[in-house]
Amino acid sequence: MDFLIPNQLNYPILSTLIFLPLAGAFVLFLIRDEKAAKIWSLFISLVVFALSLPLYFYFDPSTYKYQFAENSPWIPVFNINYTLGIDGISLFLVLLSTLLIPICILASWKYIEKRVKEFLFCLLLMETACVGVFSALDFVLFYIFWEAMLVPMYLLIAVWGGPEKVYASFKFFLYTMAGSVFLMVAMIALYLTAGTFSIPQLMTHTYSFNFQFWIFLAFGIAFAIKVPMAPFHTWLPAAHVEAPTAGSVLLASVLLKMGTYGFVRFCLPITPQASIYFAPYVLFMSIISIIYGGYVALGQTDMKRLIAYSSVAHMGFVTLGIFLFNKQGLEGAVIQMINHGITTGALFLCVGIIYERSHSRLIKDNSGISKIMPVYIGFFGFFCLSSMAFPGTNSFVGELLVLIGAFTDNRLIGALSIPGVVLAAAYMLRLLQKIAWEGKGDSHLSDMNLREIVYLAPLAMFVLWIGFAPAPFLDVMHATVNHLVEQVQAANAVALVR
Amino acid sequence: METVETIISIRPVIAVLIASLASLLIMFTPKRPNLRETWSVLGAVATFLTVLSMTPMVLAGKAIEYTPFVILPGISLKFRVDALGLLFGTIASFLWIMVTFYNIGYMRSLKEHAQTRYYFCFAVAIVGAIGVAFSGNLFSLYFFYEVITIFTYPLVAHHQDDEAYEGARKYIVYLTGTAKSFLLPAVILTYVLAGTLDFAPSGITKGIFPDTADPTLVTITYILYIAGFAKAAIMPFHNWLPSAMVAPTPVSALLHAVAVVKAGVFCISRVMLSVFGVGLLNSLNLGIPTAYAASFTILMASVIALTKDDLKARLAYSTVSQLSYVILGVALLTPSGVTGGLIHIANHAFSKITLFMCAGAIYVSLHTKKISEMGGIARQMPFTIAAFSIASLSMIGVPLVCGFVSKWYIGIGALQAHQSVFLIVLLTSTILNTGYFFPIILKAVFTKPREGDPGAGHGNGLHEAPAFMVVPLFLTAIFSILMGIYPDYFMNIVTAMDPEYLIDMVKAVLLS
Repeated sequence: MDFLIPNQLNYPILSTLIFLPLAGAFVLFLIRDEKAAKIWSLFISLVVFALSLPLYFYFDPSTYKYQFAENSPWIPVFNINYTLGIDGISLFLVLLSTLLIPICILASWKYIEKRVKEFLFCLLLMETACVGVFSALDFVLFYIFWEAMLVPMYLLIAVWGGPEKVYASFKFFLYTMAGSVFLMVAMIALYLTAGTFSIPQLMTHTYSFNFQFWIFLAFGIAFAIKVPMAPFHTWLPAAHVEAPTAGSVLLASVLLKMGTYGFVRFCLPITPQASIYFAPYVLFMSIISIIYGGYVALGQTDMKRLIAYSSVAHMGFVTLGIFLFNKQGLEGAVIQMINHGITTGALFLCVGIIYERSHSRLIKDNSGISKIMPVYIGFFGFFCLSSMAFPGTNSFVGELLVLIGAFTDNRLIGALSIPGVVLAAAYMLRLLQKIAWEGKGDSHLSDMNLREIVYLAPLAMFVLWIGFAPAPFLDVMHATVNHLVEQVQAANAVALVR
Repeated sequence: METVETIISIRPVIAVLIASLASLLIMFTPKRPNLRETWSVLGAVATFLTVLSMTPMVLAGKAIEYTPFVILPGISLKFRVDALGLLFGTIASFLWIMVTFYNIGYMRSLKEHAQTRYYFCFAVAIVGAIGVAFSGNLFSLYFFYEVITIFTYPLVAHHQDDEAYEGARKYIVYLTGTAKSFLLPAVILTYVLAGTLDFAPSGITKGIFPDTADPTLVTITYILYIAGFAKAAIMPFHNWLPSAMVAPTPVSALLHAVAVVKAGVFCISRVMLSVFGVGLLNSLNLGIPTAYAASFTILMASVIALTKDDLKARLAYSTVSQLSYVILGVALLTPSGVTGGLIHIANHAFSKITLFMCAGAIYVSLHTKKISEMGGIARQMPFTIAAFSIASLSMIGVPLVCGFVSKWYIGIGALQAHQSVFLIVLLTSTILNTGYFFPIILKAVFTKPREGDPGAGHGNGLHEAPAFMVVPLFLTAIFSILMGIYPDYFMNIVTAMDPEYLIDMVKAVLLS
């Protein structure tokens, strides 16, 4: 298969990244002591992170083909293969996942008091599923990881969640399961038509417009729920609010990316004509998400709920960028996926830090702490600025690219998304102002400790790095994004000729 | 026109870095006030000297450039010091020294809280102002412009009571609201139309837009810029300025009379001259409508100032009015107009900072903000009132004080543009200025204090504010006179912008 570049390293790096956490998770059952279990899982996740770094350093940015590929038959009867490989888009999502798991473990060090080992087991299982989803190139394999991610996430909310955890976890499960059903239908339909589950092969096959139309709809619903785009977003605030800190971080930083990743990996290359046909509707929904998410975030009294709604708005920018079908828009969308993973993840970690101290997520219970927790306010303010796309931070680069793409494509789309940018500044500054200043503040709160600084500092570094020097991130994705744009435009040209 | 010779030097970055370093040192020495204030003073002086060291090169017609970060093709964090930037950078860094001393006197006399935060934010705001001055493209300009907004917010809300929160909220809503809704799209449209955000490297006649750009879109972009730089306080985007007067007076003095508002008018001038260029603005006929908007602001704000009894509020509206002089001058798009507008950035800075520092000195010494309670205070505060009078004369535009120079040039600029209506605007504004400044002086000097006025309580003895405050304000007043008698220092910088264009044309008009 010429679209795969065989793994150039002397060990199967992607399989290692997928199965090492799984193996580590099972070792947990042999460990009695909870502290030892924590150290073990932290160790495993750090090893996985270290092992994932060669992906970046040995990545060949000159090609769009899938690299570090592994391919072996799995169920030959149905032509199902065990195919792995990453390109310039999935590379960062894999790295983001491996970066965030150790951070999540550190963030849960004190927070989780019951069933610690099971909790860590879920986190490591999540890592397996995350890396798997972003590197699978066989539809069945992808689907298995996609579904596998649901179970630990459901458990994270349902076991370690807040008071409304039963409601929230069920809502989460039902919504995502509903999406998965559509995904499965699309998968089977594609197999019956093209006779393969290999995702790169599915991309090369040509389908009738009518077929693409229905496949896109099935994909679109599955991914739109995951992103989530308004009006499919209602599971998100509930899940975020009830989930423990680590759950919220993974939910925001990784799970939501599966939706947008799906659009990029499946909708655009496999059903390009339908993508073009549906683009105006998706763009419309993206703008609705941006403005609606921002507007609702403005009125929230619960910190987590506010950040959850801000996620809806931020992810709206990602889908907006994707469906512009131009280079700036797509690169902006991918950068924005990474940004959202870093910034929103960090904001949820910040909320977790204050929640551990005050046992409340409400803004009014945590306000006026600037003099009591100056270091905390420094970090929190920094990530708030990043979230509102302050120039010099990561989100600004992402939003700028998406907006440049939007204004290049159609000035109306650009103009319509501007209110979302304004709202982002409004709700983030409002939150920051209230937390930092309003009211007296509880003087019993202690400032951040070293462990908390250690896990926030790398995220802060990435905020500035992407904000000032995004070239190392953008250069790697040029070839992939160009190829994707070509795929869509080629289909468009074919459609025009007919 | 040939490109201006460019020198690659890290000096502009050093200027910004020194100020940033000062702010960090301030943050890390909260427990030792004397050391902390030493950092402020040292930072201010070192920054000023660095700026000063670039002057000879700029006067020789060269530009100093440095690009630390490239964000995207055509978008970078780029510093570029040319005449226009140097003008604003010199003013901001020099007045920072003055206000630092004044700050020490003011904050310690009033025993203000959270002084470390205050000095830190103050220093970062200056970083922003100098960054704006030395920006080499629209991205850097936007970045530092936003830095100023965010870090002046804690200064405006410094008192942390309901009034301060209310004022600060208005401040941030106006400034970030306009920056996000108008400025950001304007920057993006510029990038889409021109493919770059860098300022035009050659003079002020030619901008960066290609000739093929759609005129309607360019016009829309221009309007978005004018609305986006709300710090320039062109009506109807002026309302944040009077609200920001809840801030401690040194903040009003340096930031809301110099750094913040001047960043606004500086940005507008920069965009008009280095992004659009005089040629394009002329051919699209955008200059005169802008001048009309500025004229409206000049007159309207002066009329409102007449009605204010709170001294700082009156000065705030006076600022709104005077800022539009700069816009008016530049928008005339004639050599004298541009010269007059730009030189007014310097002249207004020195005079208005004097006025605000006087207001603060009166408050510290006599605890009053109301003009109606200032009867006879010249007896107690002769130096302050003398400085106040000098600065007022400058604002009115009396010869030998610096404000006259700018008005003279703007007036000639109006005639060059064959728009004598703006001369009438200038004259009317002069009458209005007299109307709201003279009563204050008359009251302070000639009126006997009424029973219960602060001026009555202290007898005829001297009752000045601390020397830390009086000396800086007196110095800036003296500078206002010096710049009126000998305007060459800043004038040379302004004309170094585009010597062929500015000097020759000015001479031609003056000699004919």
